[in-house]
Amino acid sequence: MSEHSTQKNNSPLGVRGLDYLEQLEAESIHIFREIAAQFEKPALLFSGGKDSITLVHLAKKAFAPGKIPFPLVHIDTGHNFQEALDYRDAMAEKVNATLIVRKVEDTIKAKSLTEPKGKFPSRNWLQTYTLLDTIEEFKFDACIGGARRDEEKARAKERIFSVRDDFGQWNPKLQRPELWNTYNGRISKGENVRVFPISNWTELDIWNYIKKENIQLPSIYFAHDREVIVHDGQLVAMSPYVTLEEGDEVVTKQVRYRTVGDMTCTAAVESSASTLDEVINEITAAKISERGETRIDDKVTEAAMEDRKKNGYF
Amino acid sequence: MDILRFITAGSVDDGKSTLIGRLLYDSKNILIDQLEQLEKHSKNKEAGPIDLALLTDGLRAEREQGITIDVAYRYFSTPKRKFIIADAPGHVQYTRNMITGASNANLIIVLVDARQGVVEQTRRHSIIASLLKIPHVVVAINKMDLVDFSEDVYNNIVIDYAAVAKQLGLTDVTYIPISALQGDNIVDASTSMDWYEGKSLLEILEEVPVDSDINLTDPRFQVQFVIRPQTEDLHDYRGYAGRVISGVYKKGDAVTVLPAGIETTISKLEVAGEEVEEIFAPQSATILLASDIDISRGDSIVKSDNLPQTANDVEVLLCWMDEKPLIPGNKYYLQHHSRLIRSVVKHVEYKLDVNSLQQQPVEGNVKLNEVVKATIKTASPLVYDSYQHLRANGSAILIDETSHSTVAAVLFQ
Repeated sequence: MSEHSTQKNNSPLGVRGLDYLEQLEAESIHIFREIAAQFEKPALLFSGGKDSITLVHLAKKAFAPGKIPFPLVHIDTGHNFQEALDYRDAMAEKVNATLIVRKVEDTIKAKSLTEPKGKFPSRNWLQTYTLLDTIEEFKFDACIGGARRDEEKARAKERIFSVRDDFGQWNPKLQRPELWNTYNGRISKGENVRVFPISNWTELDIWNYIKKENIQLPSIYFAHDREVIVHDGQLVAMSPYVTLEEGDEVVTKQVRYRTVGDMTCTAAVESSASTLDEVINEITAAKISERGETRIDDKVTEAAMEDRKKNGYF
Repeated sequence: MDILRFITAGSVDDGKSTLIGRLLYDSKNILIDQLEQLEKHSKNKEAGPIDLALLTDGLRAEREQGITIDVAYRYFSTPKRKFIIADAPGHVQYTRNMITGASNANLIIVLVDARQGVVEQTRRHSIIASLLKIPHVVVAINKMDLVDFSEDVYNNIVIDYAAVAKQLGLTDVTYIPISALQGDNIVDASTSMDWYEGKSLLEILEEVPVDSDINLTDPRFQVQFVIRPQTEDLHDYRGYAGRVISGVYKKGDAVTVLPAGIETTISKLEVAGEEVEEIFAPQSATILLASDIDISRGDSIVKSDNLPQTANDVEVLLCWMDEKPLIPGNKYYLQHHSRLIRSVVKHVEYKLDVNSLQQQPVEGNVKLNEVVKATIKTASPLVYDSYQHLRANGSAILIDETSHSTVAAVLFQ
């Protein structure tokens, strides 16, 4: 646009310009405020991972000096890292937010679901049941998640406001056009919306923002010694949920986590990076994508995420 | 480091996917596991060593049908810039997707097949770029390897396109000869086209100025959410949270709240809870006002010496995006930023042929992917600018009252 005539914009680094992190922040805050205004009962899905930690930080900014006007919801698979759980509780208290925890364990009992089997039994699929029950229980009409479009092919096509049907299902062929910065959150009874305020951020953007804002993270994001099994080239944390087989070797390595999910489906990377700067340096130089390196479940089929989303997963 | 959002437009065989793949690949934004997947699939399809087009392949549902059904967003960055690509399918019937992808773009890459020259699709993509006022246009003349890297072929296409650009009023047009398949002029200068002395495509993308795309002259702000902590220490706090659509606001500015027309002054400005002296587009901010007036979501706060238009009847261009046709006389919700108003499409004046820009009579209803000039009447006044004058405050969407779908892109005239 060239209609500006009297005033010059001095961006990118001048007086009235926003750098890329400030632009991303402004966009995410805008989305958060749309959520709060358009929905009656939104909830922020909090996992203790860096993306949802960033979400909470952005939500705090969006409504300052007021409180975050919706609860934090954690779907607890029972396979979480203790560090992430401790962090979750401390964070909820610090930002004075309501924390709702629902356990996959309880859903498995109530619905007599079959526990996943195998060497690394992942309750990742089962989370969907607990999530849908929780949405039903609290009548949430919008669930805010920390998914990013750079993560994966299916995510690259999903809207920021993603409408799901009664069963939480995503239909990639029936998405609403999302134009300009206008977000249409109108839904029919029974439908709900998944909203992704950090859709346009990349993994590196998140890390750089965490550094810029001095956001504290759970300790497992930094190098520490841990007992792991080397499986298929990936390092899986030793935990009570893993079945040891003959030939498995449990070794202690210095590792850190690039993403934080379940102990059974998130792999660690060997690393000596103990500060944010060191972590950012490693990621900048990394040759493997975040999902490829650390998500054990996505390797099963290439369309794993697409299938899960169509079934109500995040 | 800032952000450039761009869209690539080309028809199915123009090499759009290869171009995006090449940009990601040559700028070293592809990682090993993604490459491995790529090689695996390239083998499956027997399409040479690595088929870069597969990098932008989407959902299984699409691969099965061999088509692209939706806009995908891609990300890459260089030390100079973060790039967000809206990758929109190019088929004739996908005007809707292209408009969606183009709505936030600073720049459009129009791909032209060097063997075909300027064709109907080229004109259509350019017309949409001009309708949506995308500030910068790059015409990438692709497949130069298939015309022996001929300067004459290139020059003739430039002459042809310049005529289109002139007709459409596109002012900032850059031309570049490339071969996406072989990587000529994508990241590095081509060794086969010494006669081309311009920048490589990536250099163009890195250097095009985007700061001037933001209007800092006309202050526009719409209230998204009212922050009222109602705690003891913040008992009287009442902050109007929203995004600065355009312009600059300073503490002490005389402002008018529209559509009510009440005048007051800015008592305090905040960004993310911190007090600041001024706010500017595109910041998300909070405005506090000197007087206690009734303001709610969707109200505009503008400077009293620079008012937008306020009206119940507006002339618009509508890009229809729903399978269900537009029936003149039907009611829709109109959403202008955060303001939701009931509206009725009163009269459809003419249809705009997106291949020729010709105005044609409308027979019957308005169908998917059609662009029409119409008049909309709203239940309460709209506070807006013409899209031509102020892109950031000149657009809206129409929402179906029963299905809640977004059915049209609205450009205020």
